[in-house]
Amino acid sequence: MSAGITRADGAAKVTGEARYAADWQADGMVHAVLVTSAIPGGRILRADIAAASGTPGVVAVYTHRNAPRLNPVTAGVYPQTVLPLQDELVRYEGEPVAVVVAERLDQAQQAAKLVSIGYEPADFTVEMDTGTVRMPGPEAGFGRPADTSTGDMAAALAAADVVAGGEYRTAARHHSAIEPSATLAEYRDGTLTLHDATQGLFWTRDAVASALGLRPDDVRIVAQYTGGGFGSKGACRPHHLLAAAIARELGRPVRLVLTRAQSFTAHGYHPQTRQTVRLSAKRDGTLTAIRHSSRNPTAVYGADYVEMAAASSRFMYACPAIETSHRLTEIATVLPGPMRAPDDGPGMFALESAMDELAAALEMDPVDLRLRNDTSADPTSGKPFSGRELRACFTEGARRFGWRHTPPRSRRAGDDLIGWGAASAHMETFRFPASARATIDASGRVLIETAAQEIGGGTKTVLPQIAAAALGCPLSSVDLAMGDTTLPAAPVAAGSAQTLSTGSAVHAAARALLVKLASMALGEGRATADGVRLEGAEIIADGSHVRVADLLGRHGLGSLSAEETWAPAAADHAMHVWGAVFAEVRVDAALRLPRVSRITGVYSAGAIINPLTARSQMIGGITWGIGEALLERSVLDPALGRFVSKNLAGYLVPVNADVPDLDVSFVDEFDAAASPIGAKGIGELGATGVSAAIANAVYNATGIRVRDLPITPEALMP
Amino acid sequence: MRDFSYVRGNDVSAAVAAIAAGSGAKLIAGGTDLVNLLKEGIEQPGLLVDISRLPLTEIEAGPGGLRLGALARMSDVAAHPAVRRDYPGIARALELSASAQLRNMATMGGNLMQRTRCPYFRAEHDLPCNKRRPGSGCGALDAGQTRSAALFGASGACVATHPSDVAVMLAALDASVQIAGPHSGRAVPLVEFYRLPGDQPQRDTVLAFDEMIIGIDVPASPVAARSCYVKARERASYEFALVSAAVGVEVDGNVIRHARVALGGMAPRPLRVPAWERALAGVPAETEAVRAALRAAAEAAFADARPLPGSEFKVALAEQVVLRAVEEVIG
Repeated sequence: MSAGITRADGAAKVTGEARYAADWQADGMVHAVLVTSAIPGGRILRADIAAASGTPGVVAVYTHRNAPRLNPVTAGVYPQTVLPLQDELVRYEGEPVAVVVAERLDQAQQAAKLVSIGYEPADFTVEMDTGTVRMPGPEAGFGRPADTSTGDMAAALAAADVVAGGEYRTAARHHSAIEPSATLAEYRDGTLTLHDATQGLFWTRDAVASALGLRPDDVRIVAQYTGGGFGSKGACRPHHLLAAAIARELGRPVRLVLTRAQSFTAHGYHPQTRQTVRLSAKRDGTLTAIRHSSRNPTAVYGADYVEMAAASSRFMYACPAIETSHRLTEIATVLPGPMRAPDDGPGMFALESAMDELAAALEMDPVDLRLRNDTSADPTSGKPFSGRELRACFTEGARRFGWRHTPPRSRRAGDDLIGWGAASAHMETFRFPASARATIDASGRVLIETAAQEIGGGTKTVLPQIAAAALGCPLSSVDLAMGDTTLPAAPVAAGSAQTLSTGSAVHAAARALLVKLASMALGEGRATADGVRLEGAEIIADGSHVRVADLLGRHGLGSLSAEETWAPAAADHAMHVWGAVFAEVRVDAALRLPRVSRITGVYSAGAIINPLTARSQMIGGITWGIGEALLERSVLDPALGRFVSKNLAGYLVPVNADVPDLDVSFVDEFDAAASPIGAKGIGELGATGVSAAIANAVYNATGIRVRDLPITPEALMP
Repeated sequence: MRDFSYVRGNDVSAAVAAIAAGSGAKLIAGGTDLVNLLKEGIEQPGLLVDISRLPLTEIEAGPGGLRLGALARMSDVAAHPAVRRDYPGIARALELSASAQLRNMATMGGNLMQRTRCPYFRAEHDLPCNKRRPGSGCGALDAGQTRSAALFGASGACVATHPSDVAVMLAALDASVQIAGPHSGRAVPLVEFYRLPGDQPQRDTVLAFDEMIIGIDVPASPVAARSCYVKARERASYEFALVSAAVGVEVDGNVIRHARVALGGMAPRPLRVPAWERALAGVPAETEAVRAALRAAAEAAFADARPLPGSEFKVALAEQVVLRAVEEVIG
């Protein structure tokens, strides 16, 4: 199955043929533009819409006084919980306070500037150090506990020779997908259709249906292409509800595209974290205790968002005593949310920096320290890992990188101090139920149908590969339809679970189709697809060849379908993916500018369906980690209660010059416990461990330990 | 975007007449900055005067100096053989600016006229910013968001820096800006082209509302022929400077006879540093001697610096950036 097939949609994307949400048109379409609050908290006293309403082309202007009423959302995923334009309260800077609808976009934009809102501001804080610290609510953390404690901590601390670690901080960051969220809402004859930029068709569908009082079957979400999401487009957001409700009220299709500035407040952000890690160990490097706590901001409204940054420490290393905890501080921003890679992205920065500090304290090779504490079972649950080739990752990574441990400040070339750093990568494996249908026609062509969305990871490419492998037929015989809630249900593209989950459903549907065909060809009673395959227009079962056309014709059929739902079985294994990241940095000795000069990543992540798209996922993740380590930081203005810079000139993401050649490889694995196709999740794994490897390399280059991300030049001043 | 009128200037005098007649008129050439400002409502001109087709694209290098038309493209100037040979610092400063796509569109005159990158000025709607809306305050000062603020020449009304790279190099090389007005032309030394904010930060330059830049003159000199530009920034490309240094030296034997030093990212305008220029004159053209000379004069060079919270590191960084630039030109 593992074949390096280039992207099925590559040509469509580079030629512009691929249609993203904002590319869709509809007859009679109008344009909606959001007006958002200028203050982080308070009440609206006055909403003057006269000037906007009088602007040529304006169809309607809505505020909380006249906006369509919405029902509380009781289905799907709507983390904000607060409904837009339903009351006079303002809860965060950037909250929608009005919507202007006009015939043309420029008319709506201009009229939106004329909406004048008068506020009664309330006291607020956006500072992490002044708000109250509290436990996350029971719903936070996707079923994972906020706190864990295993083993006898007092005994473990008493047994330790060395303690290392400190306080680590990661910055607030924004997803900054190249495609801003956009939706085209059409309401006709009791049915609502959204052409939407989404990672989560059904999460959005069910939430929109709930808010508008529609049956889920009367809402259709279409997403042929989504231009990056990184967590920002998983859930339903206020702009979806507004576009849908206004389309129904006006009886005209409504297109709503967020601006780049609105993208900084419309769907959350990856919250800043304050983490403390203390590692206790014996002189030989054996860990005796891990204590890891994390605190992040959440909003003063909505569902709690907890960044489970300390969770990595529950699984990563053999250790007799582990304590982890998570706390929240309420601040007056939009509700934060997950971003590639939630939990392990910031969490592994802290844990793997602390491991490097422990190695330094022990004067030990940091790679050896990690191998000394390798484990084949989850130290928290005691369950065996379904797959963990961390040792192979470090061994192969060290070989490819040419790793040799040296003390800080021992390499220099010209103006540059050169440093090497290593870190583990880790992510939990998430698995979701998924459905797919496989249909064969008389010519032998197979159509795979599933609602899954393509967010850029290569789903359109790998699903047909999985089907072709299951059917034993060439890839060229397989067509794919996806990105539509009228197709068999598929999960949100999140938690790096899409290929594993939807791919398993496609595999199951394809195998079920083979069973049906074989049963028809050989007589009833066929139970498995073993010994059956498709070859051109023929089905080959137990060595006998039957033309598909004849077989279908004999039964009076034009085509034959099989639909299957794959659901993950209860696991007696702990399922995770792993990796080893090696980074080389160059820090200009005088100018103190850190640059990454090479990175090697070796990953243990189950079966790799397509090495090309998988490599692209990993280099994207590593690039994401370079941004986390050196550039990305959204700063809050404590006086105005807003993110200071809401554009890509002020929010720096890596450009080509920041990203060196990246060396990516995978350990050859097949994780049968995780999925029938042997795959696990990779999409976010690549974004873990990178910032720690870079920070560790910066320490190795300069002798300066930076525990705050991003690493700035001033932090490296001597 | 607010509606505006549009006219195309057929020659310089027509363009000048158009901006002189229409109150709130703006010139547009490459548009790489102005279009952003229009979209965000930061500039709201009633009239756009398009000068992009005026014949002001010359790049002429003669014995007396270099003449750059106001409409010469940044990429064309950077690629010009005479510029690369006799004014290498100008080519370098341009190549370290913006992106290739922007340099293909942006003009030299427009580059000088680009406005600050301060996020309070560039926000999606009005924030406290006296440069954008006089009298509204300075959000950066209020919030202590002053990491990128000016260390020199700021006022209580505005702490913004000017973002141009090439202006810093031009300032070091004693360039002057050629200006056309309704009655006559004038030339202004580049170091005097930008205003300090005082209590009128909305006015970036000394250009009157009815004047336009028609060209830039750079005198030929040994210093220009041995010039370079070093830019310190967090992102490796496509970012404005934290601190930059434009340096030119004339070396006789193994001794620096004359030096020109200007800093970017430090002030509302390119900052010439006479204390370092004097300190470098007569110093052996060797790293350690230069380092010592810069160190010895650093206190004098920064006597007028007023770092704000978060911007203190630029003092030390500036010294290193200048050292690096001098190393490059003597190396």
